[in-house]
Amino acid sequence: MKLTINGKVLDRDLPEDMPLLWALRDEFDLPGTKFGCGVAQCGACTVHVDGAPVRACITPIGSLDGAKITTIEAIAQTPQGKALQKAWLEIDVMQCGYCQAGQIMSAAALLKDTPKPTDADIDAAMDGNLCRCATYQRIRAAIKSAAGMAVADTREV
Amino acid sequence: MDDFQPSRRLFLVSGVAAGGGLLIGFGASRTEAQAAAAQMTDYVAVAPDGTVTIRAKNPEVGQGVKTMLPMLIAEEMDADWTKVRIESAPVNESVYGNQTAGGSTTTPTNYDPMRRVGAVVRSMFVQAAAEQLKVNGAALTTAKGVVTHKASGKTLAYGQLAAAAAKITPPDPKVMVLKDPSEFTIIGKTQAGYDSPKIVEGKPIFGIDTVVPGMKYAVLAKPPVYGAKFRSANLDAIKNLPGVTHVFTLSGSGDFKGLQDGVAIVADKWWYAKSARDQLEVVWDETLGAPHDTATYAAQAEALLKGSGETIRSKGDVKAALAGAAKTVEAVYDTPFIAHVALEPQNCTAKVAGDTVEIWAPTQAPGSGRKLVAKALGIAEDKITVHMVRGGGGFGRRLENDYMVEAAAIAQKAGVPVKLLWTREDDVAYDFFRPGNSHRLQAGLDTDGKLIAYRAHGVTYGRGGKPTQGAGIIPHDFPQQVAPNFGLEQSLIETLIPTGYLRAPSSNALGFVHECFLDEVAHAAGKDPFDFRLELIAARQALPPETPNGRAPGYNFNRIKAVLDDLKVRSGWGKTELPKGVGMGMATYFSHRGYFAEVAKVKVDSDGNWRVLKVWAVGDVGSVIINPSGARNQVEGSVMDGIGEMLHEITFEKGRAVQTNFHEIPMIRMSAAPQVEVHFILSDNPPTGLGEPALPPVIPAVCNAIFAATGIRIRKLPLLPETLVAAKA
Repeated sequence: MKLTINGKVLDRDLPEDMPLLWALRDEFDLPGTKFGCGVAQCGACTVHVDGAPVRACITPIGSLDGAKITTIEAIAQTPQGKALQKAWLEIDVMQCGYCQAGQIMSAAALLKDTPKPTDADIDAAMDGNLCRCATYQRIRAAIKSAAGMAVADTREV
Repeated sequence: MDDFQPSRRLFLVSGVAAGGGLLIGFGASRTEAQAAAAQMTDYVAVAPDGTVTIRAKNPEVGQGVKTMLPMLIAEEMDADWTKVRIESAPVNESVYGNQTAGGSTTTPTNYDPMRRVGAVVRSMFVQAAAEQLKVNGAALTTAKGVVTHKASGKTLAYGQLAAAAAKITPPDPKVMVLKDPSEFTIIGKTQAGYDSPKIVEGKPIFGIDTVVPGMKYAVLAKPPVYGAKFRSANLDAIKNLPGVTHVFTLSGSGDFKGLQDGVAIVADKWWYAKSARDQLEVVWDETLGAPHDTATYAAQAEALLKGSGETIRSKGDVKAALAGAAKTVEAVYDTPFIAHVALEPQNCTAKVAGDTVEIWAPTQAPGSGRKLVAKALGIAEDKITVHMVRGGGGFGRRLENDYMVEAAAIAQKAGVPVKLLWTREDDVAYDFFRPGNSHRLQAGLDTDGKLIAYRAHGVTYGRGGKPTQGAGIIPHDFPQQVAPNFGLEQSLIETLIPTGYLRAPSSNALGFVHECFLDEVAHAAGKDPFDFRLELIAARQALPPETPNGRAPGYNFNRIKAVLDDLKVRSGWGKTELPKGVGMGMATYFSHRGYFAEVAKVKVDSDGNWRVLKVWAVGDVGSVIINPSGARNQVEGSVMDGIGEMLHEITFEKGRAVQTNFHEIPMIRMSAAPQVEVHFILSDNPPTGLGEPALPPVIPAVCNAIFAATGIRIRKLPLLPETLVAAKA
């Protein structure tokens, strides 16, 4: 089974139905991608497959032949990823931090397609990512900060 | 809640030997210079290059104590914060005192002792410098890791002094003179979360990321009904599945917090263990679960509320006062069972070698976990090393250590180190749930609309005639202390469902119940909900304080008045023109020593969809906010967490939880997250914790806002759109 992960081709004898999440965590020593639900409901396992956000917990590795996979460990190599990591630290987003790798991956995909997202864009792109500590206000601000926008929430109050 | 004072004992280990167990913890990277660090105390080591390693004594589960506790030490030792590295302390409660993360207690119990640790270290540096410079210590000042002799202009950095300073006998922490808060340079200034740079890069710092040499991966199938018994399973078929190395049963200890019956599957990697479990067919004897249905519980609660309960508190003659009241208000409120669902599923890594055990656990209570492991494995506590590993959320679930006992038992039986990892479905099915409860409330008003009687009867859950964990009915201080006639009664429904502590235990449900009812009472009195409370407070302030409900330092009416006064102005209460379908509601609650009041602005559409637009939260947690950004984050999160708790319930059929995963357990998400504005009032009181007290007021504030928007009273949670539509019809 050949997989292209973070620019490296990794070859390992693995069952095709193994979810990408478990290949990353337990086979390829990339534990930054997190397990939260196993049914694509929480977004903690979000990675990029050919630049699009994908839930690794329900993506069998057999479906990834020829695909380029990017995980949190390499997202700093993209301009969006680097800007988001910086904004996350400046805005002091984290509480427990467990969901934040997945949040940053979803946000990086959003900013790649939509460099100046509206609040509605942020809602749509980020609703699949649970933050059990509910740092949503800061995640929203950090995404806008990374996009070089004013951080104020413009939704109805 | 034992108040912890560092004794001289803490400092007797000082010396230059830094190896032996100083820098425990996986993922710790040490330079050579740091490895040569001089250990000043059990908390602080200083390397020749000036790097200061500070240990955080309590578990980190997102509440920020891994950064906050070292700030207290660094402040008084005048460390250079940019040269501080932080580690979790070893678990050793004889040295570090209570190492539990719970009850918002870390701040109140450690604020003074940790500062004293820092002051002791500073004094050791001053003495070492005085000896080297041959001057009087009083002529020396310290700042940012440097001792200065102003008269001569000579300076010595802590790194240069460390080896000598570590040989000095530490002074008694009790006699240390601490800084005046006006001198603080670290406390009160935002310090970013110490682990945050690792988090944004996906570095392995959580419990689930633990890897030890030779480790296998485990899953554990437990009965879906708590305490049910194993009968049979297709173990032989499972043994032959790919990657599986061990399959065996565990026998329940019959002890509530010990092992349950179960089937453990150990494999080379977790996915193989989990895949094998998908094919596991177990027959459990679940007969004991038969009577335990949500519908049965509801019928029992309804019947119990028709009568009286056991009196928990009473004052005056509440029945007579109600009978003689000019006006009475009565209502029944219900809250459901809910689940903790911290995002990192429960896990633990354990290694058992002969009679020694090593454990890596994302737990809120490592000390009590070690006791349970000792009992379950028959191994002495002092042979069990527990490493505190960052937990992906706690919310009270990680006060239980079932996963720790299980990992240790599986590792012992398999004879290899194992990482036990639960699925999300396990985490829901095996939760220690926040118990639901039902309440009948009665209030009496005199002709002036003043509250003269308040009676509450709460039906909650018990086992053997006593409330289960987190299920006890406790008084809400506000009506108890302002009403001249008061009665609180409790009835129990016998349950086998395991219950436990969820962030702001009891208060997270009771805040909703009492503060929504008080809103009803205020309206019945024809008064604005703020004014109704402020008038009662003004009357109460004139009277002597009552004995608090065992919760030091009791309820201070001056503090809650200041919070309410500020919130009223800040939220624009009564001064805002609101469009149709939008309402504002308020509530206030005292818990975990914190005084909070909150206003919610909520919009409801014709389909019953409701969205919280904004929440104003004002709190008084003492004289100083130690780490302001982290503190506001706790309040923002508590507010949103409370709103999230209004969305789901766990129901039971024959003792089994019906809901299994997030598709059946709605949580608050980005689009529903309101703007939250946080303000702290600084009062002349010792600083207290923020993990919990901002949560209880938000739920009633939202429900009271929905009443303001729609005229519909919310007396039952979860709050579903269909409830609002039905009520309107």
